[in-house]
Amino acid sequence: MIQLSRWKVVLVVLAVILGALFAYPNLLSPAQRAALPDFVPKNALNLGLDLQGGSYLLLEVDVDEMRQARLDNLVEDVRVSLNETGVALARIEREAAGAVVRVAPADQDAAFRALQPLGSQPGLAGAAAERTVSRVGNDGIRVVFTPQALEQMGPNAVEQSIEVVRRRIDALGTREPSITRQGANRIVVQAPGESDPEELERVIGQTAQLTFQMVDDENTVQDALAGRVPPGSELVYDEFNTPYLVKTRVLVSGENLTRAEVSTDQNNRPAIGFRFDGQGARRFAEATRPENRGKLFAIILDGKVISAPRINSPIPNGSGIIEGQFTIAEASEMVNLLNGGALPAPLTVEERRVVTAELGADAVQAGAISVAVGGVIIVAFMILSYGWLFGGISVIGLVLNGLMIIAAMSLTQATLTLPGIAGLILTFAVAVDANVLIYERMRDEARAGRSVIASMDAGFNRAMGTIIDANLTTLVAALIMFVFGAGPVRGFAWTLTIGVFTSVFSAVLVAQVLLAYWLRVKKPKTLPIAE
Amino acid sequence: MSWWPLIKTLPVKTNFRFVRFARLFGLLSVLLCAASLIGVFYPGLNLGIDFRGGAAMEMTRPGGQALDLGAVRGAVDDLGLGDVQVQGIDSDSGAIVRFQIPEGTAQADTVNRVQVAITGAVPDARFSGTSVVGSKVSGELLTAGVLALVVAVILMFLYIAFRFPWQFGLGAVFGLVHDVVLVFGLMVLMRLEFSLNSVAAILTVIGYSMNDTVVVFDRLRENLRKYKTLPLADIIDLSVNETLSRTIITGITAVMVLAALAVLGGPALFAFSIALMFGIIIGTYSSVYIAAPVILVWGVKRGESAEDAQPVVLGPASRP
Repeated sequence: MIQLSRWKVVLVVLAVILGALFAYPNLLSPAQRAALPDFVPKNALNLGLDLQGGSYLLLEVDVDEMRQARLDNLVEDVRVSLNETGVALARIEREAAGAVVRVAPADQDAAFRALQPLGSQPGLAGAAAERTVSRVGNDGIRVVFTPQALEQMGPNAVEQSIEVVRRRIDALGTREPSITRQGANRIVVQAPGESDPEELERVIGQTAQLTFQMVDDENTVQDALAGRVPPGSELVYDEFNTPYLVKTRVLVSGENLTRAEVSTDQNNRPAIGFRFDGQGARRFAEATRPENRGKLFAIILDGKVISAPRINSPIPNGSGIIEGQFTIAEASEMVNLLNGGALPAPLTVEERRVVTAELGADAVQAGAISVAVGGVIIVAFMILSYGWLFGGISVIGLVLNGLMIIAAMSLTQATLTLPGIAGLILTFAVAVDANVLIYERMRDEARAGRSVIASMDAGFNRAMGTIIDANLTTLVAALIMFVFGAGPVRGFAWTLTIGVFTSVFSAVLVAQVLLAYWLRVKKPKTLPIAE
Repeated sequence: MSWWPLIKTLPVKTNFRFVRFARLFGLLSVLLCAASLIGVFYPGLNLGIDFRGGAAMEMTRPGGQALDLGAVRGAVDDLGLGDVQVQGIDSDSGAIVRFQIPEGTAQADTVNRVQVAITGAVPDARFSGTSVVGSKVSGELLTAGVLALVVAVILMFLYIAFRFPWQFGLGAVFGLVHDVVLVFGLMVLMRLEFSLNSVAAILTVIGYSMNDTVVVFDRLRENLRKYKTLPLADIIDLSVNETLSRTIITGITAVMVLAALAVLGGPALFAFSIALMFGIIIGTYSSVYIAAPVILVWGVKRGESAEDAQPVVLGPASRP
């Protein structure tokens, strides 16, 4: 085993070259890295938010609330459809997946015909129909979401939310945000660097649900305020807490918006210009048809009335402006929200961590000093314990180990966190353990009276089992951290894992090659570390 | 320089009779573990916001000027947010302010109110980092953290039971539980914050402690094959003595490096490195005095002789 075998030398040389190649970009500035040609590795260490500063937000998509809203919409659609055909409605019985409508038995056919279109409307993104319409007994019609539609509602909402959040954050110009799904209904947003966490949270937190609804002119606000809100209507307030009674039915919503932009009204105050798509334009034209002239409609964003203009003339082309009391900054933030699209469900912030770049830089400095001091301690102690040759060989192994860890972390773009740096330091200490195990074995064998070569050979062979067992246990611990841990802990686990492999490689293989070389050149009679 | 390299001056063959004191140390460990377990429930662990929910805000004054912690505390107390902690860092030029987010209020709003209140008391305060964890997430993190520790111990048992006679696995688990419980005890005693990082530290202690135990067990297994007639207690002593120089060198290296980390790593890593350092010392101790004696108590099948070693009564009484 302790001969200068060619493949071991090749392996070690290869590790040095690859390690240097992949670790090298860390010595360059970002600008220099960007200028490197494409075939050269150019990734430096990927520092975690705790080291480079930035914001971490864990958002939860309120799927239950969205499901409830979709069910409310379904009931409203049923009510409106029946109203239009003039079928008298006995009652609506709500169910988990929809509702059953009860009418007079003679009206069942008419009601069924009126409601049938609800079942044939395609779902989101042109998927199969989401709802089914069927008869129940001789006086009922059941309108329910299909099981698939109900099941897909949550996952779809999360996917859509990720898209919307991404568009909104991109519009802020944040550098390299990372937006990922976590678990069933959570989203993790990580924005490195100098981004303003409060702006980020404000922009993400708004649902941006824009609706145009008719103001109910058949009933009075006073009645509604006294607790008699008529069915099919609801009370909505504006920012000055002025109540409006509006029809629940949505004329046009933000889904039909193709574009919003900052504009000005005739008095040169900031306003929001909008344009609807074909369907939206058609609905908007119908709502502003001549019969409705003089009536009011309300423009509602996230349950708040922005303005309630009067219909003066039909608007056929589907574009217009929203007036309101906004500043330019508010108007442009709103435009950004509208263009990013509405969130399908409300998002709540469950966890937020913000680290300024300054604090991150302090942490990097503390970490770097700790690594340097820790390294010096290990080097000094190894040389002190085992002398220049054997101590020096483990130090060389340690240096290569460090190089390979940096290279592997840069290559895989694994996140290096503050606890990760601690993991790195501990890895060095444990890497030394492999050398110690081997050297101690050699001493045992030498004491048992074996020759230098035989004791060195046996030292490597017999220590190997122990080294593998010992390192496998560390791997198991790292694996558990990876599975159960969050954020920084995962970074720690990954550093530990990489360290286990590189340290076994460098402690065992590098020591073997160097010691074999020493044996060949010096042909020693005694083992320097034995008595 | 006759003392260098150090390894030559260390006695080559030591003959410490570790097992002789096993009963004494076993009793001591049981007492300490019991005290630690009691401490975990009363006065309890100092749970960080990761596991308790709430907010932690780090603030400094420019140029390292002294910060009036009392004024900060007063300003935040006036908001009526319940349990407010203000802990000075960097020789009191900065502080970590911990508070709870009242039910039903937005996290960002409460954080803003606290920042405004503190700025009122200390106009040049700068906020360098904020963490807020909702109660739902903190509960999940705690469950996951505890689960991780339990799963780690079980997996280690399975691994050792697979690689060694099962009694060894049992010994290893006793050692691990002992180490984990004592690290908890230290955290209670020193009021160290128990956070996600602490869980990582304890998992690392588990890894290191196993590492150490495996080295001793490995030698033990080898010696059990080699000396078929020697009493089990003597074989354990022999194995521990044979691996002693390795135990000392590796242990000293790890502890020195972690001490450097505790001193230089800043407040964020202090609790982490202290817990690790203590855990490594305890882990080394438990390999000798918990893991190995457990095997002694249970006895173990000896090689091909197929004759089971008899369980031995611990302590001097068992020796002729």
